[in-house]
Amino acid sequence: MEQFNAAFITDDRWKLYFQGLWTTLEIVLFATILGLAVGTISCLMYMSTSKKGKPTVLHYIAMIYIDIIRGTPSVLQLLIMWFIIMKSSTNGVLVAVISFGINSGAYVSEIMRGGIQAVNKGQLEAGDSLGITRFTTMRYVILPQAFRNALPALCNEFITLLKETAIVGYVSLADLTRVANQVASRTYQPFMPLIGAAVIYFVIIKFFTILFGNLERRLRQNVTC
Amino acid sequence: MLRVENLKKSYGDNEILKGISCEIKEGEKIVIVGPSGSGKSTFLRCLNLLESPTAGKVWLDDVELTNAKTDLNPIRQQMGMVFQHFNLFENLTIMDNITLAPIKTKRMKKEEARENALTLLRRIGLEDKADAYPAQLSGGQQQRVAIVRSLAMKPKVMLFDEPTSALDPEMVGEVLDVMTELADSGMNMVVVTHEMGFARNVASRIMFMDGGHIVEENDPDNFFEHPKSERCREFLSKIL
Repeated sequence: MEQFNAAFITDDRWKLYFQGLWTTLEIVLFATILGLAVGTISCLMYMSTSKKGKPTVLHYIAMIYIDIIRGTPSVLQLLIMWFIIMKSSTNGVLVAVISFGINSGAYVSEIMRGGIQAVNKGQLEAGDSLGITRFTTMRYVILPQAFRNALPALCNEFITLLKETAIVGYVSLADLTRVANQVASRTYQPFMPLIGAAVIYFVIIKFFTILFGNLERRLRQNVTC
Repeated sequence: MLRVENLKKSYGDNEILKGISCEIKEGEKIVIVGPSGSGKSTFLRCLNLLESPTAGKVWLDDVELTNAKTDLNPIRQQMGMVFQHFNLFENLTIMDNITLAPIKTKRMKKEEARENALTLLRRIGLEDKADAYPAQLSGGQQQRVAIVRSLAMKPKVMLFDEPTSALDPEMVGEVLDVMTELADSGMNMVVVTHEMGFARNVASRIMFMDGGHIVEENDPDNFFEHPKSERCREFLSKIL
């Protein structure tokens, strides 16, 4: 009980955890949006072909992007963004959002590619045969179906991202993990703050898992009978 | 109306179409029959360039589709196509399936497209399915919707690629009825099928394909009663 008080009650420390959680959620939310946008664009670039069916320059650009992101640790990407690329920025959250967004985009790109390839080829042919543009078919038919196919993997990516933001302490952002660590080092009692933070992560992720599960079910209702 | 000149298509070393020439005139209903692998479907898919031919030319009226500079979309809007596996847009309602192309190509305003779609659905007795999704319909219903989805663009010619091959036997009839009605209304049609009864009743001309060639062309009566080529006689004796 005493440990509990030291970890959460004294000096209104529970507020710190909520602030930390807020920082975590802020980063993960905007990074997810950025990641979806970057990932979808990168995926379309990756899959773009010339009229003769050969890969375009855009394909190679996307390929290099995906290779670099997947080939380097995300902590390093964050540090490079903070200390080198955006060193004049004082907004740590913004730097983290951009860094994680670009990171996540590479994975989303591959997830979306899988989702698009799982869409029946006949859907595109039907669009072509009706004389609507490839863009229209993509926008109204292929991407919605690809997104539905990719949803379980995207959910997984979101959860991975949420936990991966625990490294933003490296650029002195007070996210949930860093807050817990700070409290632990102030009270010399690591058990409660660390376990407490773990429980908060767990509950939040459980919440999102249920949310995504419902969304998935709703999207599936129309399609399989 | 449709003209094909020395059309060839190969996949790697495998030559599927070995030089096909033909002309389809206004008002004709062509039925293409032949054994599996004879190139019927490939030929049909070359007509709207879903497959790009290796060589040869295709014209719709006086526009050459095979010319690299031709914008295919306006041409394809005049050529409806019905697929073996229906290919309805799975994520869209029946209504949206039918109205997507007319609206996005700016042929019709939204209201007009919906009215048109309802008229078409009434014609095939499925107006109560307007808000359903394709997976909620039977195969026969889906294929009838696929036909009217193409008709919504008011095409000049309709291409049918084995439209009844993926259906349960008891659903074949309802699809053939819609097609027969369409033929009676004067639509130009090119149909690849194994339904010989349909070929006999509806075709104005039957083409028999084998090994990447059109082996024989004839009107239905002569085709079935007095086939000219040995290959065609053999084919007919096996299926009739």
